[in-house]
Amino acid sequence: MAMKNGSILEIAGLTKNYCAENGSIVHALQGIDLDIAANDFVCVVGPSGCGKSTLLRIMAGLDRQTDGVARYLGKPIDRPTPQIGMVFQEYSLLPWRTVIDNVGLGPEFAKVPKRQRLLLATEFLQLVGLERFAHAYPHELSGGMRQRVAIARALANDPDVLLMDEPFGALDAHTRILLQKELLSIWERHRKTIVFVTHSVDEAIFLADRICVMSGTSGRIMEMIDVTMPRPRERSNPFYGQLAERILRMLEGEVVKMGVL
Amino acid sequence: MRRLLLRALLPAITPLLLLAVWQVAAVRVDNRIILPPMMDVLHLIIHPTEDLLSMGSLLSNITISLARVMAGYLLAVVLAVTIGITMGYYRPLFRTFSLFFALFRPIPPLAWVPLVLAWFGVASFATLAGLEYGLWYMYLNNLKISMVFIIFIGGFYPVLTSTIQGVQSVRTTLLDSARVLGAGEMAIFTKVLLPAAAPAIVTGMRIGLGVAWMCLVSAEMLPGSLSGIGYLITHAFTVARTDVVIAGMISIGVVGAAIDFIFRFFEERTFSWQRRSR
Ligand SMILES: Nc1ncnc2c1ncn2[C@@H]1O[C@H](COP(=O)(O)OP(=O)(O)O)[C@@H](O)[C@H]1O
Ligand SMILES: [Mg+2]
Repeated sequence: MAMKNGSILEIAGLTKNYCAENGSIVHALQGIDLDIAANDFVCVVGPSGCGKSTLLRIMAGLDRQTDGVARYLGKPIDRPTPQIGMVFQEYSLLPWRTVIDNVGLGPEFAKVPKRQRLLLATEFLQLVGLERFAHAYPHELSGGMRQRVAIARALANDPDVLLMDEPFGALDAHTRILLQKELLSIWERHRKTIVFVTHSVDEAIFLADRICVMSGTSGRIMEMIDVTMPRPRERSNPFYGQLAERILRMLEGEVVKMGVL
Repeated sequence: MRRLLLRALLPAITPLLLLAVWQVAAVRVDNRIILPPMMDVLHLIIHPTEDLLSMGSLLSNITISLARVMAGYLLAVVLAVTIGITMGYYRPLFRTFSLFFALFRPIPPLAWVPLVLAWFGVASFATLAGLEYGLWYMYLNNLKISMVFIIFIGGFYPVLTSTIQGVQSVRTTLLDSARVLGAGEMAIFTKVLLPAAAPAIVTGMRIGLGVAWMCLVSAEMLPGSLSGIGYLITHAFTVARTDVVIAGMISIGVVGAAIDFIFRFFEERTFSWQRRSR
């Protein structure tokens, strides 16, 4: 890879095997190589079950790989660290805590004093436009609002890298587009490195600097695509449609190979 | 308005019907050993501080029984919650001990009686504390180790089972998101596992207290017992005072139901987040 110098995450020969219930071995990832530069927005797309979550969980330090290495700033990742944050698809807020206490969770684990913690949490709630709901409970919020809180909570820990596993997957189309725009504006202002998993090709093209297309059958990367369209991207741009068409065709081939269709 | 009245009346229907049937049957049977008149029993319950069979009053016997149940129950809760959380969280510990606990669980508390007597005899907490006279001796001598043990066995399993189940059903996403936010093992226990499993634990505690309370009569039938509502009932039976037997049974029922009600009230209040965050 050419950009070795500026890279914040390096993944080399990453392999993960699971032992399935019936005793057979599932090759979730096979020899993944991936370099991610600081401040990059990388989207990972691929059919369901191709290993996207596995890849992200290893980068977060939640799971251990079978072989290969994942490095953050040159150091192997072997446990979760506050510098690498993660947003999950759903149900990640503690339901017995108010919104503000959820957002302040990272600083609380880091033993930041209560007053300072509240200030921090309020600041990040304002960032996602939810300061009015500081004292509400998660079950009082809509799905989109909950994901905003989850993003604010991850950001309140001030991570370098933000890993996002289908964070908008359970939202309706309208909310989804709204949150995509908000995420881009946060990314542009705060300059985080983002690795974003999605099964929506449209979402990947709207967000990403680079799209990593994964193969459904082998747990490998099929292709890395640079998205050069200027931002803010218009879905009416003819390149948008052409790119979507190309990726969808690659994925369709994969799904046929997997025998799903 | 009429609906409200109906809702208030519905739960009262069956007890009133039962009382009516009782009254009619008592008159027809006309034998106070088989079925005493309702009014006799009611009299005993309305005057709970009256001395019965020179064994003390209904109220004082209930108080002694409650103290025994609480001693066994609190011990059961502390042990079951501690063991349950660690077993629920660490898979290897769960695999190691689940068979062990599963083997002992089906044994009814009453089946422990002979063994418990062989072990503890009539030793009480006063013996344990080395007391032989005085006010504390009087209190503690009522807490026979064997009784407390039987009650402990009854209360232990419901709390253990629901604590394990509560911890195991905590969403992995909650644990994972706490870990990526920098939570250490201790913070995982106190800030995620314990609050997440709390509703299940409290439900187990409520059921456990019910079972412990039910073990009372068997525990108080053990030798060395000269007091307590369970002993009052068995003693009244031997002297053919069925009215005292029934009054005792009703007090056990009322106290048990009251405990259950208080627990449920507390559960509703504290854990409303659980019901609403499905
Ligand atoms: N804990 C696990 N045990 C066994 N197999 C697993 C486990 N987690 C994931 N897998 C398998 O690994 C493969 C990749 O899963 P995952 O990374 O969740 O895919 P994706 O997120 O792309 O849908 C799937 O075939 C899945 O069944
Ligand atoms: Mg996934």
